[in-house]
Amino acid sequence: MLNDHAKIMALIRDAGEVIGRKKLQKMIYIAKKINFPFQERYNFHFYGPYSEELTLRIEEMCNLGFVAETKEKKGGYFQYRYVLTEAGSNFLEISHLHMPKLKEFSLDINEKSSRFLELVSTLLYFDHLTQEEQIEKVHTLKGKLNYSETEISEAFDYIEQLKQFIQ
Amino acid sequence: MSDILGKLEEEKVFKDPVHRYIHVRDRLIWELIGTREFQRLRRIRQLGTTYLTFHGAEHTRFNHSLGVYEIMRRIIENFNGREHWDENERLVCLSAALLHDIGHGPFSHSFEKVFNTDHEEWTRRIILGSSEINLVLRKAGSDFPEKVSNVIAKTYANKLVVSLISSQIDADRMDYLQRDAYYTGVSYGHFDMERILRVMRPTEEQAVFKQSGMHAVEDYIMSRYQMYWQVYFHPVTRSAEVILSKILQRAKHLYQQNYQFKQAPVHFYSLFNEKLSLADYLKLDEAIIMYYFQIWQDEEDRILHDLCVRFNDRKLFKYVEFNPSKQMNDWPKLIDLFRQANIDPEYYLVIDSSSDLPYDFYRPGEEEERIPIFLLTPAGDLRELSRESDVVEAISGKKRTDHKLYFPLDILNDETEYKDVKRQIKALLFK
Repeated sequence: MLNDHAKIMALIRDAGEVIGRKKLQKMIYIAKKINFPFQERYNFHFYGPYSEELTLRIEEMCNLGFVAETKEKKGGYFQYRYVLTEAGSNFLEISHLHMPKLKEFSLDINEKSSRFLELVSTLLYFDHLTQEEQIEKVHTLKGKLNYSETEISEAFDYIEQLKQFIQ
Repeated sequence: MSDILGKLEEEKVFKDPVHRYIHVRDRLIWELIGTREFQRLRRIRQLGTTYLTFHGAEHTRFNHSLGVYEIMRRIIENFNGREHWDENERLVCLSAALLHDIGHGPFSHSFEKVFNTDHEEWTRRIILGSSEINLVLRKAGSDFPEKVSNVIAKTYANKLVVSLISSQIDADRMDYLQRDAYYTGVSYGHFDMERILRVMRPTEEQAVFKQSGMHAVEDYIMSRYQMYWQVYFHPVTRSAEVILSKILQRAKHLYQQNYQFKQAPVHFYSLFNEKLSLADYLKLDEAIIMYYFQIWQDEEDRILHDLCVRFNDRKLFKYVEFNPSKQMNDWPKLIDLFRQANIDPEYYLVIDSSSDLPYDFYRPGEEEERIPIFLLTPAGDLRELSRESDVVEAISGKKRTDHKLYFPLDILNDETEYKDVKRQIKALLFK
């Protein structure tokens, strides 16, 4: 029952708390790219890979009381925090999910900033291109974010590191 | 190259019930419409199984694609000469509008889930691969197919161009809301598109709307909201979609078990193997699928036979509201009871969630998720729609979510076998 929801809940549980909708979007996208069995469909939006399906599933989990969403004002906009509730934990217990390495992955990626994950996920979105073409895409599509060479290099290094979690 | 970029000697028009006329003057557009890949869209319904609920909903992706093109043509006509609009993008925009759905397959929502395909990927392959469309587009420039593909994939450098076909108020949505309302016969999907087009203005990264036109935009948001619940999310359509998915799932399962079909489902082989070539994909349409659903009614396999009869004769599953939070302990009991009653729960007990459907609500775009709709004030400032409009504020981002449990009530009501177990199932379902 609701297996795809349960996988998202497992990631939130393992991460402890996820701050930011955009961050959660990118975390699941990156997890999917390294073959964790998330099923949400992504396509490219203004801020990189985005899944409307994931947004809807999170709303459903909040409405079911499995995930708690806290809205807080930050600067000129609202930010959202996500944690798993007790009901969510109970639900996961009967879900019998088996996702090895998810905990290590979730803890690791949750340490990264939303901006960095936007860069990583954008590079991964174009991973069928050469590295030069990937960088060009970042500059073309994310020009306003002014990613530095160091950041891009770190992002490529991180993508290499992610291979340890490949399913 | 110059010829394809030129105009036809005389304008061609298509009669259209939504826009009255669709005007084609560009030779490139005319040739694209004539390609076999575009003509294939005549055989793919716009709303999939919705015709089983709203019998008028037989319109196709062909009609819709022409409609999106026409709206785009009118947007561009309005933008011509305005700041931020580059007239060199005109044909890219028109081609992308016309071809934005070219990768859709038959009943694509269910197909994509069962066979792990993606219409956006097929769109890219049709535009960039070996197709008549690619041949026509290449006449406009060697990089022209890539440009069109990037616009549709939302990875084109000019974000204004992308926003015209894919944003919270774009040519695609403006056509499908009106067209789906017209063909389903409901009264909700109508809004004043003429007014919206008149107040639309280009900016560097997206189209915005003069504040004086706010009420027309409000009307559009309301239409979207109403259509969602009244048409797109209709529980009977969801039931048909559930059965369709289960037919495909069963056929795939049988193939993998080396089941001997009475007639070899040759059109499905590459789908079942998930090794679909472009040529195979383009052969698929709804006529082919419905043909198999007819002949599978005669199959020995009890489940495939039954599901096909249900789909063809509209003997759909019934449903109850289901709350996975409150009823999580009922689920394993139901699975067990279905098995005891010799009803395979894999095919006959299905939870369908609101997130399983591809339609969305207006979101104000908080925290940089999606770009919201902006109003342009007389002073030149941009303001997010839901902060200016009480009506939009009241409904935006507040999506009701639901989960329904679908099952064959007719089988449960047949008490010639497993009477006690079936009564226990019904007691759980209708408690």
